[in-house]
Amino acid sequence: MIVEVEVNGKRHRRDLEPRLLLSDFLRQDLQLTGTHVGCEHGVCGACTVLFDGEPARSCLMLAVQADGHKVGTVEGLAVVNALSPLQAAFREAHALQCGFCTPGFLMTLTAFLRDTPNPGPLEIREALSGNLCRCTGYQHIVEAVSRACGHPRP
Amino acid sequence: MKAFAYVNPSNESDALAALRSGGIVRPLGGGQDLLARLKDYLDEPDRLVSVKGALNREAAATGDGGLRIGAAMRLFEVAEHPEILKRYPALAEAASTVGSPQIRHQGTVGGNLNQRPRCWYFRQEEFVCFKKGGNRCFAADGENQYHSIFGNDGPSKIVHPSSLAVPLVAYGARFRLASASGEREVAAADYFTLPSMQTVQKENVLADDELLTHVILPAPGNVRSGHYEVRFKESRDWPMAFATVVLAMNGPSIDSARVVLGAVAPVPWRAEDAERVLRGRLLDDAAADVAGEAAVRGAKPLAQNAYKIRITRTAVKRAVLAAAGRSV
Repeated sequence: MIVEVEVNGKRHRRDLEPRLLLSDFLRQDLQLTGTHVGCEHGVCGACTVLFDGEPARSCLMLAVQADGHKVGTVEGLAVVNALSPLQAAFREAHALQCGFCTPGFLMTLTAFLRDTPNPGPLEIREALSGNLCRCTGYQHIVEAVSRACGHPRP
Repeated sequence: MKAFAYVNPSNESDALAALRSGGIVRPLGGGQDLLARLKDYLDEPDRLVSVKGALNREAAATGDGGLRIGAAMRLFEVAEHPEILKRYPALAEAASTVGSPQIRHQGTVGGNLNQRPRCWYFRQEEFVCFKKGGNRCFAADGENQYHSIFGNDGPSKIVHPSSLAVPLVAYGARFRLASASGEREVAAADYFTLPSMQTVQKENVLADDELLTHVILPAPGNVRSGHYEVRFKESRDWPMAFATVVLAMNGPSIDSARVVLGAVAPVPWRAEDAERVLRGRLLDDAAADVAGEAAVRGAKPLAQNAYKIRITRTAVKRAVLAAAGRSV
């Protein structure tokens, strides 16, 4: 079926099979491979994108469901080679090692910080509860979020 | 997953007509359960009907002081809605702890109530259990640590997976069900069905061509409510046992009580013994103790889940204390 979707501000029109996942559409059809696919069961959060501004797992959504909607991916965060404040904080705080989970964390936390500009430590941990990271032990990710909202230490 | 057709109707009557379009048709809400089931070949529909745009997603006051919630309202909206927080706080609390932020932002009220069981045998294609037309429940003498301790005399030992169902039964909610040939209202308590050999393949009375369109909450009256979930981890997991208590108050004492247990039975489980012992008592620590004891009377644990008796007792006790305004 014909689907029109806006991804990172750019409109796309495609004829898609209904069973195509949004994650596969982004990665294969649009070549936006920053969205990673981990468990494909809605557990790990690596494939998190913003769907009309809200965090969603793109592996638990059909591309046809995005018809007429706006999708944001990690490729849309940095502006002309300048990292977003959250991305910069991730780099400063060493909030990534292998980096596989990082795009999902960045998308979840981008929405979270927009809605909760000054979160407490428990709120930060709850916010990232839907994203798994097997390298960092989360400590540096929590610290990066604190830095991104202007707190030097958590 | 198997190929299917997809339709995205913009109103309820088109959605209901699409449910009767032939073959196996499934409504798709937030998709947080259905998509995983399609991937695992647990469900192989010919057609999906997206109902997110067709069903109401607001909470609106009813004429008699209650609240009517559209089935397409998402869980994070339930958790943050000022009227729900003020008048039905146990419902807001239950919604706030479902899954993860991603699930709460996409998952809907209707989807939470109608999701299929999380039993690990049910979720594996290879285990053809009663629920999938087979001839046994693998949990009965298998790995049953997360299965039922009440209502488990029937063919299936699942626990009902919905967090919202428990406070909704406790608050006395009703569900509006609609099909192309009419509509009906069913009490939340009568919506969920204990498994029998005739009904084991479903968890509720919703017909294949029906949609649960609204949840209707009665005016709360002079009640105090409390909700407590016992979890292995603090977030991002199903609770192992939980309870909602709704207490109709007469000054400092309890006029009548609803005590409903979650994650312990194939349906939201009314703990009627606990309701009886609370009636007429002062709302205090002793009331919490006796309610906890009474709630687990008659439990029949399976080989690996006797621990649920203790945590269910704790959940009820703390839910009563929460209703008394104590921090638990």
